Amino acid sequence: MARLTALLLPLLLLLAGCSGRQSALGPGGADAQVLAVLFFVMLGGAVVLWLFMNGLFYWATRRSPSAHSEKGSFLLIVIGGILFPTVVLAALLSYGLAILPDQRAPGDGLTVAVRGEQWWWRVEYWPEGAEAPIRTANEIRLPVGARTEFRLDSHRVIHSFWVPALGGKMDMFPGRETRMSLEPVRPGLYRGQCAEFCGESHAWMAFEVEAMEPAAFDAWLAHEASDARPPEGAEAQRGAALFAAQGCGACHAVRGTEAVGQVGPDLTHVGSRHSLGAGRLGMAQEDLMRWIRDPAAFKPGAEMPAYDHLSEAQLSDLATYLRGLQ
Amino acid sequence: MTDRHHSDPEVPRPEGPYPPTEAMLSEPVPEALQAEQRRQLAAAWDAPKGWRYWTAVNNSEVGVWYALTAFFFMLCAGVMALMIRVQLAVPENDLISADLFNQLFTMHGSGMMFLFAVPMFEAISILMLPGLLGARDMPFPRLSAYGFWCFVIGGVFVLGAILFNAAPKAGWFMYPPLATEEEGVGSDIWLLGLSFIEVASIAAAVELIVGTLKCRPPGMRVNTMPLYAWYVMVVGGMILFAFPPLIAGDFLFELQRSFDWPFFDPARGGDPMLWQHLFWIFGHPEVYIVFLPSIAIAAMVVPTVAQRPIFGYSWIVLSAVGTGFISFGLWVHHMFTTGLPALSLGFFSAASEAVVIPTGIQLFCFVATLIAGRVKMTPPMLWIAGALAVFTTGGLTGVMVAVAPFDFQAHDGYFIVAHLHYVLFGGMVFPVIGGIYYFFPFIAKKQLSARLSRWSFWLIFSGTNICYFPMHLTGLTGMPRRIYTYPDGLGWGWLNMISTLGAFAIAAGFLVFAYDLLRPKGGQGQVARNPWNAGTLEWTHDIPEAKWGVRSIPFVRSRYPLWDEPKLVERMDAGRYYLPDSPEQKRETLITSVIDARPIQVQEVTGPTWVTLWAAGFTGGAFIFPTFHWYGPAMVSAAFAVVTILYWLWTSTARPPRHEMREAGLGLRLPTYASGPAAVGWWAVWITMLGDATGFASVVFGFFFYWTASDFPPAGSPLAAGWPAAGAALAYLASWGLTLGARMLNRGERSGAAMACLALAPLLAVLGAGALILSVLHLEPASHVYPAILWAIMVWCVTHTIPGVIMQLYCLAGILFGKLRPRHDADLWNSTLFWHFLLLTALVSAAVIGLAPRLL
Repeated sequence: MARLTALLLPLLLLLAGCSGRQSALGPGGADAQVLAVLFFVMLGGAVVLWLFMNGLFYWATRRSPSAHSEKGSFLLIVIGGILFPTVVLAALLSYGLAILPDQRAPGDGLTVAVRGEQWWWRVEYWPEGAEAPIRTANEIRLPVGARTEFRLDSHRVIHSFWVPALGGKMDMFPGRETRMSLEPVRPGLYRGQCAEFCGESHAWMAFEVEAMEPAAFDAWLAHEASDARPPEGAEAQRGAALFAAQGCGACHAVRGTEAVGQVGPDLTHVGSRHSLGAGRLGMAQEDLMRWIRDPAAFKPGAEMPAYDHLSEAQLSDLATYLRGLQ
Repeated sequence: MTDRHHSDPEVPRPEGPYPPTEAMLSEPVPEALQAEQRRQLAAAWDAPKGWRYWTAVNNSEVGVWYALTAFFFMLCAGVMALMIRVQLAVPENDLISADLFNQLFTMHGSGMMFLFAVPMFEAISILMLPGLLGARDMPFPRLSAYGFWCFVIGGVFVLGAILFNAAPKAGWFMYPPLATEEEGVGSDIWLLGLSFIEVASIAAAVELIVGTLKCRPPGMRVNTMPLYAWYVMVVGGMILFAFPPLIAGDFLFELQRSFDWPFFDPARGGDPMLWQHLFWIFGHPEVYIVFLPSIAIAAMVVPTVAQRPIFGYSWIVLSAVGTGFISFGLWVHHMFTTGLPALSLGFFSAASEAVVIPTGIQLFCFVATLIAGRVKMTPPMLWIAGALAVFTTGGLTGVMVAVAPFDFQAHDGYFIVAHLHYVLFGGMVFPVIGGIYYFFPFIAKKQLSARLSRWSFWLIFSGTNICYFPMHLTGLTGMPRRIYTYPDGLGWGWLNMISTLGAFAIAAGFLVFAYDLLRPKGGQGQVARNPWNAGTLEWTHDIPEAKWGVRSIPFVRSRYPLWDEPKLVERMDAGRYYLPDSPEQKRETLITSVIDARPIQVQEVTGPTWVTLWAAGFTGGAFIFPTFHWYGPAMVSAAFAVVTILYWLWTSTARPPRHEMREAGLGLRLPTYASGPAAVGWWAVWITMLGDATGFASVVFGFFFYWTASDFPPAGSPLAAGWPAAGAALAYLASWGLTLGARMLNRGERSGAAMACLALAPLLAVLGAGALILSVLHLEPASHVYPAILWAIMVWCVTHTIPGVIMQLYCLAGILFGKLRPRHDADLWNSTLFWHFLLLTALVSAAVIGLAPRLL
């Protein structure tokens, strides 16, 4: 299998180049690589079989009739309809199902608990032996070369956790935990998305996944565990005051401040994330302002209310504060 | 009152020579007699005129309405697909709102599945089956009409909801908790509207199965019947076992929606996975319910095109039956990503791959037939060839996604969208259009245009590939299904744009096809009787105005009688065979034995009536009003439906005949009345109750499914009352015993005693139902899934008791008013059969409610 992977790897890299960062054909994870190879093997077989079947059919309709051989027809059905598919399918199943245990292998130490919300992701990092989790949201960072365990569940409806470039998907249920694991092999920024229809803004339930070198990851995780840094500069300080005055802390937590709400995403280090609103917008000043002014304009049905009574200046202050939460 | 002196309890038997000798068959029929017979048949089978046209019930009318309605619903669902494609053509499109988009894809899927694919099979089968079998009509024409009107009402209700922005929007699979939590009436419309249509589908399936088993022409043993009839039987059987689990799921689901019984709510012990199991136990066989009829059409077209008998008839039959069985063991492959154990995934992967083998056998039989014959690319064959090219693509991607690990990537992405559309276009759309081109000369006595056929074929064929082929790549590059838009920069834009263009090519092809189908063809003249030179009986129909079907019902000895018996058509036309006349100007058809098709009875079939329309309307009310929580009007509507149906049954079914025997032709005299296993009605009840029992089994499965959870029943929860449950079992047993006793006493000409039994039995049944209610009355169904499932089982059983009691009273009235006599006791036989199943239901209910929680 390793040899096959090596043979197909140049092709995979080529595809990785031209397909996006949410592509199962541009694998950046061990599981996705195995599955991409499986796909190309099956694709090759399928093309041959398609040509054979349709070629046979075309020939059958074009040839001039000859003396009909009962035995020949019988052999055709037994070989073509029974023996040949049995052999091919047995081979395919033994190859395909042998992959299965690896796809659900246990992790090396780090566990990430992800809970699906309407329509965002609650994320908790549980390093090996941790007593309490490190809380964040809507973005996942993983160390390259290690297998990270995922514990998945959901708040209200069924979602599905899927990072195509790293591996297959797993559904997330309310009241029941499912598990999977991922092992990034190439550092980079990938995109994941909810794959199970979950209501109005199913289309906008995405997240960024950054695969990092282990040392960088450890540093990042240590920082992620820390409290929010205090606002710097007049704008950010006005923004922080506004954040408190508008009651944002009722839903959002910013650790180290009075904001301890658990309804919405944790914002302690929101400014360090690659995207806003579960992959909906970027993290530019303008993105934050647009989002706060009217989240439902970008994510229909979003539960966060519109803050369109705030002035441009106030929105800008808030955005500055949040972007500063590095 | 019972008039017992005039009826003979001895069951009459067929009299006279059978099978007919060659000498009998070659004896000419006098011209004058032929003319008189034709006049009688024409009078009996005359279609109603003017506005009364809509009271027609015979298959040639109802089948056409059915097919055109399904085609119309398909066009509606197709327009929704176009809207979906336009919305997805470019990234971040804001043409259609998320909410409307979700309604559109939900209704596109639901519409195509429930309002097109399955009804289209039933429509074509109702239309074709009597012709294929040389029968005059289906055994229960009014049931077909009733099913059709239910279908129209339900379909318009469900599809029309989108015009009011109130359509279901949780996907055609309606997964809870999303669908149970959905605000508005959308989910209720789906559950109740489609349950209503499913009931109609089951009615049609019962009709088709009985038609195939009992209405074949004399001599057409099961191993000589047209392959299409075999497929009808397999698919009908699959509908019977696949739809009830969904109906049971709908039942639990609607109880949760309406009364907050927490079947799928994990906070109160429920489990959304139960719905997924019930839905896919239906949903996967559904795929084969859609696919097998199309293979059936191919199995009719291929031998005609090759001008030789099909090769491997028994292989094909075995494969079809095998596919039917295997299809019930695959449902978990829709749930590969739900975190089930690897062992389950491996098993269901292997089972999913196994279905390739029977499918492959069927395809290779066709290839072998084509190799042996001289093939002409007629329009039907062009569509069949296209079907093969498209279907093999879908089949091969199916082999891929059946490998569980690969499905982890493909599942719920556009790869699956591509796969399923290739399967459904190749396995349903292409063969059905091919079938319409093939059978159109039979249906309309006109020919569709070969030129337009080529246009629509190449548009739809290229459109299918342009639209769906890129989706394989769209899916593998990460695009999930059911998203109303997507951001730029992920490489999906150009792929989606190509797919949208392809969708419009498909739409253009359908426009051409619809034009060809519906354009006036008056100038064309009547088409030749057997334009493709086919070998099967439907091509003996000749006179478009004559609704009698076949002029006389032939004696058949081979699979391709038109090829093998040169004089067959001439003799049929002359009225040489069976039932060439109708002296009382009644609609009749021949009933034969199940295996070897010996003629056993002349069955009167019902004629035009408004009652089916009324019954469908009231039944519709009973299903539709609860959507809006109008339970009062629903009850009234249900009561009217019952009264209407009783009137229909009382006035037109199982009435003692004026003459016990009837000259059936060729010297054969046949009884005109049958009861018990000899009667078609008894078979229909049997088959219906098999489906019903499957539904009940699904609800009971729910109980044991919850039991597999860790704390079920939860510690300390109250038990159902034991004595009332035991009492209920005894009361049902007594009521059943009295019903059975009434049947035996009635046969023994002791009508008085029979009436006493039938008067006492309903009281005991009501007592039993009351005791069953009492046993769970102190439990609070909204508190936890454990009391809820006990209540659900009780409700199921009590609801079934209502028809049980009505049947007992109906038979009582029957004896009282002379409709039911010692020998003419079909109603009593059918009611007893119903009661066998009801007793089983009641005993299992009492055991699960009263006993199981004490033992677990």
